[in-house]
Amino acid sequence: MKRDWVILVCGAAAIGALGWSGDNYFIRLLTILCMYATLAQSWNFIGGFAGYPSFATAAFFGLGAYTSGVLQNQGLPILMCWGLAGLCAAVFAVLIGGAILHLRGHYFAIATLIIAEMLREIVNTTPNLTGGGMGLNLPILRISVDVQSRVFLLAMLVLAVVTTAAAILLQRSRLGFGLRCIQQNESAASILGVNAYQYKTAAFGMSAVFVGMAGAIYASWVNYIEPPDVFDILIAVKPLVMVLLGGIGTIFGPIIGAMVLLALEELVWRNFLTVHAAALGVIIILLVLFLPNGLFSLLKDLSAKRAKQ
Amino acid sequence: MTVAKLSITNLQAGYGDVQVLWDISLEVNPGEIVCLIGSNGAGKSTLLRCISGLVAATSGHVVVDGKDMTNASEAGVVSAGIAHVPEGRRLFSAMSVHDNLLMGAYLRKDKAQIAEDLDLVYSMFPVLAERRRQDAGTMSGGEQQMCAIGRGLMARPSLLLIDELSLGLAPRAVELLFERLRQINKGGVAILLVEQDVMDALALADRAYVVNRGRVSMSGESKVLAADPAIQEAFMGLA
Repeated sequence: MKRDWVILVCGAAAIGALGWSGDNYFIRLLTILCMYATLAQSWNFIGGFAGYPSFATAAFFGLGAYTSGVLQNQGLPILMCWGLAGLCAAVFAVLIGGAILHLRGHYFAIATLIIAEMLREIVNTTPNLTGGGMGLNLPILRISVDVQSRVFLLAMLVLAVVTTAAAILLQRSRLGFGLRCIQQNESAASILGVNAYQYKTAAFGMSAVFVGMAGAIYASWVNYIEPPDVFDILIAVKPLVMVLLGGIGTIFGPIIGAMVLLALEELVWRNFLTVHAAALGVIIILLVLFLPNGLFSLLKDLSAKRAKQ
Repeated sequence: MTVAKLSITNLQAGYGDVQVLWDISLEVNPGEIVCLIGSNGAGKSTLLRCISGLVAATSGHVVVDGKDMTNASEAGVVSAGIAHVPEGRRLFSAMSVHDNLLMGAYLRKDKAQIAEDLDLVYSMFPVLAERRRQDAGTMSGGEQQMCAIGRGLMARPSLLLIDELSLGLAPRAVELLFERLRQINKGGVAILLVEQDVMDALALADRAYVVNRGRVSMSGESKVLAADPAIQEAFMGLA
């Protein structure tokens, strides 16, 4: 656990230092990396620890983006808007979770898939508040572009660090232990007195709060949001791919996955934009078949082998 | 008169529209071994699941130590001193034996006594101590059943519900498990046992109930039931 904290602090410092000295393209990449890491880490709470495959990430992201966007246009301070966006996403997740967390496996996955679509329709039909299909402009920060890019990197970095810290704390906590048991055998966990319903709801709420804030920061960063952008199904699929890539139910697996996915996106896919989604599908299949425990498990195996020699 | 550890009266329960238990009444006294016998689908497992709060009762009462616990939460039942060793064992297969056992003490806060009970379980099942770091799912069926019983004991129960103790296990393992149940019982823990091996179950238990299509069709002292021609014909292949 102590080692986890050291890795986290060093990693965050490295990204901060790289960002401070890098050019704007590089800063943009790092900001997206931190955002991806936050989304993947958040998905891991419900999908990895509790074993409930959620596709609600896009819903929480869009909800956070729109909550913050609308509030900022009402003149509220930006940090407060980001915080309220996280709170709003978490409350929403707890309410929805109460209704759908008795479903398991594919049924749960499909139920969560609908949530983003539902929110997207709500936004589309309330143009007075949200701008509807026309999208929503956010207030522009009156600082130079160079400073702006660094401010948003810092914001996303802090969020990613907080999310990862939450994962480290969760792993060793009573809640985390209970969630792992639910993931492996929910009825056995119940028999031993684990309140599965409460725990799953807590995990779902945790998987929403930081994603909502990520959506809010993203909205302020790009200055303009529209429903197809922030409720995009890919926002729900990518975290899952990243976690599977890196290692499900681990602390740093989601971050490794985020790095690898981002690298793939930047290096390969911009040349194959039309088959983007198909490529994600192929990756998922390959992962499940050949590397079910992710790249992180590969690292572990290697170090175990070295220890034996 | 002593208060029964568990007293069930006119219990009815089922799954959705399908009623499984009809007017079940039974009692388990402190320190007693009681077994439930009956054919597949008679409702024995449902009865245990209803006691531990996994299946809701539609009518009737479950009373534990004189306190009404009908439709109590699973956690409430565990806190009342009833631990359930479920059919098929239901271990956390990707967790170590040690963590599985600790999970049995999930609701307890008394760290010193938990460590004490852990030692007790390990001394009762030395093979679990040898395999404490191993994933529970990698052990043999008999070892897994030991782990499941150990996990149940870690709740420090006064009544242990055991569902299908010997199902799919080697005769040697079953023999050992029966021996251990006797030992656990000597330590003051009452046992309500569901078991297919009627002869061994009757030999172990003080009393028994015969469950037939969701109703108690016979009950009494094990010795008496074991000598009953109807039981011998139905369950032991003797006539």
